[in-house]
Amino acid sequence: MSQNISRRDFNKLLVSGVAGSALGLFGMARPAFAAQNRIVVIGGGFGGASAAKYLKKLDPSMSVTLVEPKAIFYTCPFSNWVLGGMKTMEDIGQTYTILKNKYGVNVIADTATGIDTVKSTVTLKSGKVLNYDRLIVSPGIDFKWNAIEGYSESVSNSSMPHAYQAGPQTVRLQKQLLAMKDGGTVLMCPPGNPFRCPPGPYERASLIAHYLKEKKPKSKIIILDAKDKFSKQGLFKKGWERLYPGMIEWRSGATGGKITGVNASSMSVMTEFGTEKGDVINIIPPQQAGKIAFDAGLTDASGWCPINPITFESIIQPGIHVIGDAAIAGAMPKSGFAASSQGKVVAASIIRLCQGKVPAPPSLVNTCYSLLGPGYGVSVAGVYKLTSAGIVEIPGSGGLTPMDADDDHLNEEAMFARGWYNNIVQDIWG
Amino acid sequence: MQVTIRSLLTACLVSSALLGMGNEASAAAKSVQEQKAEEACVVDPRGEILSLSCASCHGTDGKSVGIIPSFYGKSPEYLEAALKDFRSGTRYSTVMIRHAKGYSDEEIRLIAQYFGTVWQNNK
Ligand SMILES: Cc1cc2nc3c(=O)[nH]c(=O)nc-3n(C[C@H](O)[C@H](O)[C@H](O)COP(=O)(O)OP(=O)(O)OC[C@H]3O[C@@H](n4cnc5c(N)ncnc54)[C@H](O)[C@@H]3O)c2cc1C
Ligand code: HEC
Repeated sequence: MSQNISRRDFNKLLVSGVAGSALGLFGMARPAFAAQNRIVVIGGGFGGASAAKYLKKLDPSMSVTLVEPKAIFYTCPFSNWVLGGMKTMEDIGQTYTILKNKYGVNVIADTATGIDTVKSTVTLKSGKVLNYDRLIVSPGIDFKWNAIEGYSESVSNSSMPHAYQAGPQTVRLQKQLLAMKDGGTVLMCPPGNPFRCPPGPYERASLIAHYLKEKKPKSKIIILDAKDKFSKQGLFKKGWERLYPGMIEWRSGATGGKITGVNASSMSVMTEFGTEKGDVINIIPPQQAGKIAFDAGLTDASGWCPINPITFESIIQPGIHVIGDAAIAGAMPKSGFAASSQGKVVAASIIRLCQGKVPAPPSLVNTCYSLLGPGYGVSVAGVYKLTSAGIVEIPGSGGLTPMDADDDHLNEEAMFARGWYNNIVQDIWG
Repeated sequence: MQVTIRSLLTACLVSSALLGMGNEASAAAKSVQEQKAEEACVVDPRGEILSLSCASCHGTDGKSVGIIPSFYGKSPEYLEAALKDFRSGTRYSTVMIRHAKGYSDEEIRLIAQYFGTVWQNNK
């Protein structure tokens, strides 16, 4: 849906997509008014847990099953704060107790291993089979392990963590930072677009710098970037000059930032311009939709999932809705906020579809707060609507913290970033 | 935006026609049906869908557990005025101006209506 579509096609899309699936014209095997409204959700992260909670909150008569292998979900948001020494892993761990006990979501601690789109069933690792009337898939990302020579899952689990799925990876990177000598070099290598959380690597560089400035002030950070520009670049660069002068060096793809390979035993990375050695090396590999999306045939050649932007129903597999990082959602970035916003839109849409009604046009929102230091926060916001060009940002809305924001404003945004975290995790898992 | 609404209405009308509500019904009944379909499509669900994302910052139903202000229990009039003041910049904000500018007068009214009444249903 990223390409433009004509107004007539757009009308057709609405009519066939919305009215069509409301009436069951999409798969004839799928009853329009499902007798039991059984909804299965794969993945209990930002997208999936939001959808599960809001399905039950908006209509307690829905039968909702959430499949998620992790008993504790460590959020990527605020995992950079852990690296900066400002939060602990415990602070960022979420559980499913309240979804289960208060909202009546049937939470199954298991992994989905297969989806049968003809029988409308999901098979779990344990062998259990779940029937669904509609399926929501929010599996997040997987890494393209063969994209960087010498980098593999096992290298990520030992010398060069990615820390781009929070949990043991975050702990590994933190331990390496704690063990590093003063005067050491941290190399960070972010991927090209699109990837999860566009400002994430730069917030990470900021908060690692915060830690180093306090504990190991002779150290430095070099960001070897595949890209020539990055999210909130002006705001980050200004903040780095003010807070960490001389400590963070950013090299664009065009000026030797693009890495071609790594050597785990010599702790070095290869770029088009030569070799760089690091004491701590954080590789953030290129990404694609989570594995189950590939297994179920939900992805296109881009490695992500094309969807009907009204209901986030797959345009490849009817009856399956894809949300979060895995989905191709027009102008929306891959963020936890966006995934949650999509989860709620899907919940509201599915309830309407199950009632045989037409869903309302989606209204989608994102805000990514980034912390540069404990009292220095910036943000990028977006409000999105569906138009004939797909999901687009509403002109005049959204945008960045102003470049000339004063210290009070930056401090307030740092506080609101904490407020945002407390509320979004409560809104999703609490 | 207009495109969306117009198309949605088309979708609503097409769906009600396909559901067999239109063709055989008398003219008077049909227009009532149509009106209902329009209401169901445009008024009710839009307020909800426009409002759900606010909870990521303000807490579920606007009941905040952190430093971002709560607006749970506020009236539709209060909320409508607040959102319009943020949008015009007459009220200072760090981020609300960027959000409020994403909504038309009508959408602000729908949002204010949703949050201004949702807490009454929770009682
Ligand atoms: C360092 C960092 C900082 C970030 N900071 C922010 C931020 O400040 N704000 C923000 O909005 N976003 C932030 N993000 C982005 C955010 O984490 C993601 O965009 C968000 O998690 C996407 O949600 P999701 O539901 O698509 O995937 P996830 O939240 O990753 O959830 C996917 C879940 O699906 C489960 N799963 C996968 N496959 C299966 C299967 N087969 N069966 C069952 N379960 C399965 C996984 O176990 C996982 O729990 C950050 C990301 C990183 C890496
Ligand atoms: C990115 C986080 C964020 C989002 C999303 C957001 N708000 Fe806010 N809101 C804030 C913050 C922060 C403030 C305090 C003013 C400021 O600095 O922007 C605020 C203030 C307010 C206030 C004033 C409260 C009072 O007591 O007067 C209202 C009302 C409000 N927001 C409503 C909304 C509504 C409705 C939405 C959804 C359309 C929304 N907000 C979305 C962060 C957010």
